[in-house]
Amino acid sequence: MDILVVLEESKSKIHRASLEAIVAAQKIAEDLSLNIAALVIGSDIANLSTQAANLGISEVVTVNHEMLSKYNADTFAETLIQVIEIEGPSYIFCGHTYQVRDYLPKVSALTQKPLITDVVGYRVEDNQLIFSKQVFNGKLSADIITKTDPPILISFQAAAFSADDLGTGNSSVRPCNITLDQKLVKTESEEPFQETAGDVDLSAANIIVSVGRGIGKKENMAIVEDLASALNGEIGSSRPIVDAGWLPNSRQVGSSGQSVTPTLYLALGISGAIQHIVGMKGSKNIVAINKDPDAPIFEVADYGIVGDIIDIIPKLTEAIKES
Amino acid sequence: MKIGVLLKQVPGSESKLRVNQDGNWVEEESLNFEINESDSYALEEALQIYEKNGSQGEVAVISMGPDRTPKVIREALAKGAHRGIHIVDTMPYETDPFFIASILAKIVQETAFDLVLAGLQSEDLGTGQTGVILGELCGMSTATLVMETDLQNDKIRVKRELESGWFQWVTMNLPACITIQSGINQPRYASLKGIMGAKKKEIKTISKADLIPSLGPLQTIDTIYIQKKDSTTQMLEGDTNEVVSRLVNIFKTDIKVL
Ligand SMILES: Cc1cc2nc3c(=O)[nH]c(=O)nc-3n(C[C@H](O)[C@H](O)[C@H](O)COP(=O)(O)OP(=O)(O)OC[C@H]3O[C@@H](n4cnc5c(N)ncnc54)[C@H](O)[C@@H]3O)c2cc1C
Ligand SMILES: Nc1ncnc2c1ncn2[C@@H]1O[C@H](COP(=O)(O)O)[C@@H](O)[C@H]1O
Repeated sequence: MDILVVLEESKSKIHRASLEAIVAAQKIAEDLSLNIAALVIGSDIANLSTQAANLGISEVVTVNHEMLSKYNADTFAETLIQVIEIEGPSYIFCGHTYQVRDYLPKVSALTQKPLITDVVGYRVEDNQLIFSKQVFNGKLSADIITKTDPPILISFQAAAFSADDLGTGNSSVRPCNITLDQKLVKTESEEPFQETAGDVDLSAANIIVSVGRGIGKKENMAIVEDLASALNGEIGSSRPIVDAGWLPNSRQVGSSGQSVTPTLYLALGISGAIQHIVGMKGSKNIVAINKDPDAPIFEVADYGIVGDIIDIIPKLTEAIKES
Repeated sequence: MKIGVLLKQVPGSESKLRVNQDGNWVEEESLNFEINESDSYALEEALQIYEKNGSQGEVAVISMGPDRTPKVIREALAKGAHRGIHIVDTMPYETDPFFIASILAKIVQETAFDLVLAGLQSEDLGTGQTGVILGELCGMSTATLVMETDLQNDKIRVKRELESGWFQWVTMNLPACITIQSGINQPRYASLKGIMGAKKKEIKTISKADLIPSLGPLQTIDTIYIQKKDSTTQMLEGDTNEVVSRLVNIFKTDIKVL
């Protein structure tokens, strides 16, 4: 087995990040003529296995165990370790989901194999795969080389590959048997829950004026509110603004907040970290104002202004009111 | 209750970064270094757990880094941590989370901490792995993305952040290693008294060379570079009044929101 892609479930479907990992696998497999298997684990896996069998890969491997009925870091890590031992893949691919963040480093620790997280790309050099990732908060990129025998564990950053490029075609499904012992469970997880909804559903907003740490201090939030009301838009923000308590949770855009698709997304003093981008890149028009010309937000913006928001925002509000 | 906190010193978020001559790290000379964001939340959470549980035992901070590192340790001591351990690293710095965790694990095992708090992710390497690997190597329970803690005798119950506004409570046995997400609390500022008191607190210095594990590194950074961008962004240039009036025009005629 060359590449084993671990699939995660999200609302009875294959998680988007897992599909993107399949796409990455398909591209790499084509370059190096490798085979791809997908792994489905759980206690009720028929539905996900059927979906996985249509992805145009070599085969689907399933692990069915009552102790895998809900996510637990200890059982999921142990399951993957046993599957690796039995199947012997050279690469294990995952999406860089919150679940993967939680248990894949355990697999790395216990198998003593490298885990490269948040990978955005790859290249082939002398028939060797070299993976790249972002470092220094997305300001720079790095090529990573590994120094061990296979397997190598990889998690791909959200949207680094597009699920639109998925292959199609049927594959066979076969079980893989593992044994789990209650003794290895050190953590006990309760049911996931959603925090009570806030005052606003940003996903329905047509105009979002979104503010980031570049606003500097709480007192400056007033100029953002003025601009939002002049534009008749909702206020949104990056995570640090919510962390500081300047806006409620419901205003946060990004992977741990809301996903939005307004006609206008105006990003003010937001650097454009991937966890923010995934929540707003579907906006129809993105306008970014940032004093740093190299800020990653400009890569997704349709229109950009390099400048000081403290200076620009009040003038923009005035000009909108006058027009 | 012995609590350990892992702190990393990283370039401040406003830093202008340049790749160094060897092409494997950044030029550090003109940079301003700060405590890693999620680590400052981890420190605050550790201090609060300590205070809420009768202020017994200690909060020790551990940081591996070069000679600039004692500054963040000193800041943590000023906020209330009791002692610091500085593992002195030299260029080229360690970049493999497994290797870094193995080194830190030696210190953690020596003290036999009941609870270790790490940041979720470092702002320079950003692997998001060190805390979990360390916990696993020390045989501790682990949980990531923690947004609330509740210590109960020999267990700790933590609220984990999941995607898109979902959460989950997890209860685990001590000793445990948890990784803290930003926003879990409001980190305190050091008081003047704290800053004075910190001068008398101990910072133990250990050379990394004395802690090298038998295995690893499993991976290394080969090169660091600026990614070429293929963006189609239309940049509006000119003085403030000019860009503002152009933007208002775009709002009217192109985006049609005015
Ligand atoms: C698991 C996980 C989940 C996360 N979830 C989210 C999420 O849902 N949403 C989210 O937003 N983040 C999330 N984050 C955090 C994310 O990684 C970034 O840290 C965050 O988005 C940065 O916010 P920012 O851009 O406001 O701040 P910074 O990155 O600090 O950027 C501030 C920007 O403002 C600019 N600036 C400063 N002053 C001015 C000025 N006067 N005028 C103009 N520009 C100025 C600077 O050049 C800089 O680009 C998450 C992180 C993790 C690890
Ligand atoms: N050199 C180090 N010294 C102390 N703690 C560290 C070091 N490197 C990483 N950590 C801790 O591990 C967390 C995750 O880092 P990383 O795995 O690099 O994303 C950080 O937030 C720190 O709490």
